[in-house]
Amino acid sequence: MRRVITGNEAVAQGVRLSRVKVISAYPITPQTTIVEGLSEMCGDGRLEARFLKVESEHSAMASAIASCATGARSFTATSANGLALMHEMLHWAAGARIPVVMVNVNRAIGTGWNIWTDQTDSLSQRDTGWIQLYCEHNQEVVDTIPQAFRIAETVKLPVMVVLDAFVLSHTAEPTEIPDIAQIDEFLPPFRGEFTLTERSHQSFNAIVPPEYYMEFRYKMQRAMEDAKGVTKEADEEYERLLGRGYGVMEKYNWDGAETVLVSSGAVTSTCRFVVDELNKRGMRVGLLKMKMFRPFPAEEIREVLGGRRKVAVLDRAISFGHSGIFAQEIRAAFCNEDERPVVFGFVTGLGGRDVTPEFIERAIGFTLENDHPGEDVIWVGLKG
Amino acid sequence: MRSYRIPQRELLSGGHLACPGCGAAVGMRLALKALGEKTILVIPACCWSIIPGPFPNSAFEVPVYHTAFETGGSAAAGISVALEVLGDRETTVVTWAGDGGTFDIGIQALSGAAERNDNFIYICNDNEAYMNTGIQRSSATPYGAWTTTTPAKTPKDRPKKNMLEIMADHRIPYVASVTIAYPEDMIRKITKAKEIRGTKFIHLLSPCPAGWRIPSEEVVHVSRLAVQARVFPLLEIEDGERYTLNMHPDPVPVREYLELQGRFSHLTDEEIEKIQNNVDREWRRLLKRTEFSSAFFHAEQR
Repeated sequence: MRRVITGNEAVAQGVRLSRVKVISAYPITPQTTIVEGLSEMCGDGRLEARFLKVESEHSAMASAIASCATGARSFTATSANGLALMHEMLHWAAGARIPVVMVNVNRAIGTGWNIWTDQTDSLSQRDTGWIQLYCEHNQEVVDTIPQAFRIAETVKLPVMVVLDAFVLSHTAEPTEIPDIAQIDEFLPPFRGEFTLTERSHQSFNAIVPPEYYMEFRYKMQRAMEDAKGVTKEADEEYERLLGRGYGVMEKYNWDGAETVLVSSGAVTSTCRFVVDELNKRGMRVGLLKMKMFRPFPAEEIREVLGGRRKVAVLDRAISFGHSGIFAQEIRAAFCNEDERPVVFGFVTGLGGRDVTPEFIERAIGFTLENDHPGEDVIWVGLKG
Repeated sequence: MRSYRIPQRELLSGGHLACPGCGAAVGMRLALKALGEKTILVIPACCWSIIPGPFPNSAFEVPVYHTAFETGGSAAAGISVALEVLGDRETTVVTWAGDGGTFDIGIQALSGAAERNDNFIYICNDNEAYMNTGIQRSSATPYGAWTTTTPAKTPKDRPKKNMLEIMADHRIPYVASVTIAYPEDMIRKITKAKEIRGTKFIHLLSPCPAGWRIPSEEVVHVSRLAVQARVFPLLEIEDGERYTLNMHPDPVPVREYLELQGRFSHLTDEEIEKIQNNVDREWRRLLKRTEFSSAFFHAEQR
């Protein structure tokens, strides 16, 4: 069924289609319309789930982890400071190997208070053991949520699905809502390998002394490494069943481009437009859309960006005292390679500042004109 | 007092890591007897994160879910709703948390769950300080007590938070206080809590030999004195308003209770008198509430 829906409505549809059993969430702008939509769905029976209206994001995550450990497919959603408040429990979810799925609507972290889009909230959770998938448009949002559950439940790690505040969350786009029977074929019912309902003497999340702890962590890393292949398989299967696939990354306007622009999230659509325009003017510039951030697809990055002369990375986030976060990771992926592109790291669009075609063109222009970036951070769209 | 048979089945096995004379070990053993095997235990960070033993051991004969310090209420809520959607109506979800995890860091999640009246029993194992980290004061530490963060020269100068009243004011169906000195009473109350849907709060006073500076064989005696000196009255509050005072002991002087414990050894006669006055005042307040509650319900019924 094709409908014109917002990104947050797409989230609620994805959750309904995934037959989630427990939702535990706390409202925060711009995530709120997700919890409103899901409350209505639970109320009118479109979704047979229990919705715990908890008193904080910390509790939202703690409850969702516990309900998932009991054997019920569980979901939550948040943004920015809510995500930051969950931080302890993000580590807990991954350490407990709980396949909970969360949507984070990217919002700038306060203070200064700001409700607009910015990726620093989710990217600063990169070391918690969560798989992270970034969406470009509402269609990708609705399609990614059932995939997220399949990936999470296969590798036993939590998955965060990320979309931009307002640009996606509150903007309506024509979106194909899959038939639930198709999703049922794609996503089997959740069967936890170990659950609290088994009548046994199992102890969950007990003290793990030094003689075992490292092995637990090693297994988490292995599961993360497996997640890449599992994500690709899930995406291919989804494409086979529903006709839409996204990959862990997407190459656009690729052939013969010596310079490549890298982006993620909704701004990728603007980048497509700019790259098209530049190519019309005879400039060979390609675009790489990063969907997967964790596990970081370093091998794939080396494969697709190796041999290019210059890479311009557009970061809507910053690690203070270092640089844009995608730029860091892409540079690191090449550090042991003899042949590597020059990486230009652009920071732009923080706190919801519009990333206009003109900003993107400026970043590409700088990259084409210079042999070396000069600095690790090049600010675009800064006043004064 | 009526006497109840204590179930024979042991769901806490030997070989656990509790200190000698630990009041909480006796408390847990009794609680599990009342709860039975269809129980899921939720344990936020407290002594009981350690006592059942590290991976791959467990001293419990029921499934146990260890969780983060401040999540005793939220984790139990998550398990409880999951059981509901999975169609399990038999299993009892029981949080067992320390006083730090209840009075301090966990009060938000507990209050949230109680306000929603999520279906679980919350047992606060109150040993009146952060014992697992080495005897630091909590908001459950009584006035005048020594801890490592309230040294004898500057002991705790604020009264203990009244957690029972705070929980009762959430209008949850059942709130009760228990001690291991009165095991039949404790088992009756936990059994009763098990039969009620909604949030149930059980406050267990749990003497800690190491933290209270008492000989390990004195744990039951000190528990009994706490009730007899009216420091820790045994009572039940239903729906936040129906008060039942289970024991109305002839009062033992508070001095007898305090003098047994090294944590109060620095107190002067004046301070002991002040504590006695506070205990008497709190007792009168409780009697008033109980009288009001019974008169109110009598009137309502007519």
